[in-house]
Amino acid sequence: MMLETTWFVLWGVLWAMYFALDGYDLGLGTLMPVLAKDERDRRIMYNAAGPFWDGNQVWLITAGGVTFAAFPATYAALFSGLYTALMLLLFALILRGVSFEFRRKVDSEAWRKVWDVCHVAGSFLPALLLGVAFANIFMGIPLNAQGINEGGLLDLLNPYGLAGGVLFVLMFSLHGALWLGVKAQGPIADRAAAMAEKLWMALMVMVVLFLALTAVFTQLFVNYLNNPVLFAILLLPVAGLIQARLALGRRAMVKAWAASAVAIIGVTLFGVIGLFPALLPSSLDPAYSMTIANSASSPKTLKIMLGVALVFVPLVIAYQSWLHVTFGHKITDADLEYEEAY
Amino acid sequence: MDVLLLSRLQFAFTTFVHFIFVPLTLGLSLLVAYMETKWLRTGEEVYKRMAKFWGKLFLINFALGVVTGIALEFQFGTNWSRYSAYVGDIFGSLLAIEATLAFFLESTFLAVWIFGWNRIPPKLHNASIWLVALAANLSAFWILMANGWMQNPTGFVLRGDRAELESFMALVTNPFAWGQFLHTLFAAYVLSGFFVLGISAWHLARGSNVDFFKRSFRIAAPFTLVFAVALVIQGHSHGASVAKYQPAKLAAMESHWETMARAPQYLFVIPDPANERNLVELLPVPGGLSMLAYHSFDAEVQGLRDFPKEDRPPVTLTFVSFRTMVGLGFLLPALAAWVWIRRKTPEDSPRLLRILPWVIPLPYIAIQLGWIVAEVGRQPWIVHGIMRTEDAVSAGISVGQVGFSLAMFTLIYGLLVAVDVYLLMHHGRKGPKSSVKGDDTRDADAVGMRPASTMA
Repeated sequence: MMLETTWFVLWGVLWAMYFALDGYDLGLGTLMPVLAKDERDRRIMYNAAGPFWDGNQVWLITAGGVTFAAFPATYAALFSGLYTALMLLLFALILRGVSFEFRRKVDSEAWRKVWDVCHVAGSFLPALLLGVAFANIFMGIPLNAQGINEGGLLDLLNPYGLAGGVLFVLMFSLHGALWLGVKAQGPIADRAAAMAEKLWMALMVMVVLFLALTAVFTQLFVNYLNNPVLFAILLLPVAGLIQARLALGRRAMVKAWAASAVAIIGVTLFGVIGLFPALLPSSLDPAYSMTIANSASSPKTLKIMLGVALVFVPLVIAYQSWLHVTFGHKITDADLEYEEAY
Repeated sequence: MDVLLLSRLQFAFTTFVHFIFVPLTLGLSLLVAYMETKWLRTGEEVYKRMAKFWGKLFLINFALGVVTGIALEFQFGTNWSRYSAYVGDIFGSLLAIEATLAFFLESTFLAVWIFGWNRIPPKLHNASIWLVALAANLSAFWILMANGWMQNPTGFVLRGDRAELESFMALVTNPFAWGQFLHTLFAAYVLSGFFVLGISAWHLARGSNVDFFKRSFRIAAPFTLVFAVALVIQGHSHGASVAKYQPAKLAAMESHWETMARAPQYLFVIPDPANERNLVELLPVPGGLSMLAYHSFDAEVQGLRDFPKEDRPPVTLTFVSFRTMVGLGFLLPALAAWVWIRRKTPEDSPRLLRILPWVIPLPYIAIQLGWIVAEVGRQPWIVHGIMRTEDAVSAGISVGQVGFSLAMFTLIYGLLVAVDVYLLMHHGRKGPKSSVKGDDTRDADAVGMRPASTMA
């Protein structure tokens, strides 16, 4: 079970990395109508995500691919079970992705407006849908003995699922506002910081509410009560959020953003640890849950994949960190004038 | 309409659209990387402009390749969940390796290349586009090892209710998969070559940016010829490999019904699958099919009638696609040879310049037809000999759900393809910027030699 457990942890870490990275891109897109007053502001927001969003999105492909490779039966049950929600996520991400590349390729106000709409909707919807999806995973979906979800799209929109959606939208929006504070200067940076302060308050309320709802709607706390040392994982979101607010107060935006990333990772890992050993619990009967025992790949595949992951994931983190450092500078007028800029 | 049919249509359509964008990425990345290297070596500004101009077309194309790719990964889980559960141990791991090794590298260093012109040392900048080209080709390798396993499953055991990995080595040395990998790669390079040639010819015919497009032409000409010829030679050996590993597919490709030694190759055939025969067979080359498939005039070639009806692929579609692909496969090297002869003086051959822009779609058509042969010809199997397509479709999804997603895909992809073709034509025709002087002032700016206040 050691291998399967290792992969379970890696599975959680990959999702956490995706949320912590693409989260700020999705947040930027979501906040665009609120924070951008004119075309220049919008371009600053596009370019704040410009060099990063595509690499960030690969964490989603990898998290999905690893679910497929390490826990195929979970992949099968989860993706077919959440069919329509995932298709909506996909369409949104498609429109978000091309909006970067397309919007400045034709010089027309109407053209840009079309892609701006796609960009905002294509950022907000994934944040919401991912939150709804993960809250439902935490709670369990009505999987039957054949691993088929007996519920429909509307069943996902239960109170806890919606709370998860709101939580993710707030979490990603704060993360995006902080990143805009890192990348922008002048009035838009001030607006971003002021918005981040409001979002932080809202997020604190939502986190407390979500934890309370989690105790009511899910079994996540069972693992923690059986093994109280696990509660330590809550230090990540708590410390992350407090540090984010303190740094934000000093307008130390890089620190605030990094702390917010830690908080996002903490929230994700909190849920994932609560799930263990299930990846997708069944709300009908625990025997129908997809777990590391009944859905994992063969030890041989897990071993080979582990070798690949241990070598390449740190390498990826290294060169993506370098990317963030190299292009983490404040956006200047020269950057906007730059031919290849979005 | 049932879930199986709709899911097949959806996968076919989304793969088809995805593969409009992928091949150009594979070849154009190499050409752009080469142009930039040439700029660094010679110091001639024109090569920098070339890397920027062709790079822009590369980027317009690349964005759609990325977003349409995710749709394919998702669909294995959403629409083909029984397949995913059955082969995830093998197929899933190849996809995960592709993402980890190739996609991260490609997306990260492409960003470095796009945004790094003035920010990082030129050599590092050039290295980043070479890394993008490497990653794109690496990604082709892993995904074709995965598809090659569906065509010729190796290195696995059936245990319980699924296929499990037995030998990873067998997966990555699968001879059929290697054949597909090289065939796809060479075809993608030919497509990219004709893309550059076609756009260059369009401008040369109008006398715009003559030096710029003559040099582009000169770079693309040998590249295209080499891979067009290699494609034919390698394509022949891949055909032999189909004969060996997928005899039913070969019989469908040739609309060959009767098992026989010294099987002839008919130059003109009209299949009649309803009556298990051909309506018309003209111009036989005696023993030709035996020779092509098994390198011996006397070899026996299995006919479709030897296979139970439920194990035969659709004949007419596979046959027509294969014939047309092969026809284009011979036309393109001939055109590439003409191009190569004129590589130094393309402007002296107005006819060639007039034809070449119209050649751009031909390799696209050939490559899609090739995938029809590969995938339709594999039917009724999703994994050849192991799992049928009808047994692979998700159990818990409804006609309404798949109908909705297929309609949305049709709408969104239709729009995106239209926009993409428009943008490629618009920017392709507009040609390069007349100089990159502006960049020089920004270069100065970046190192603080000019106050950053002159922005409008």
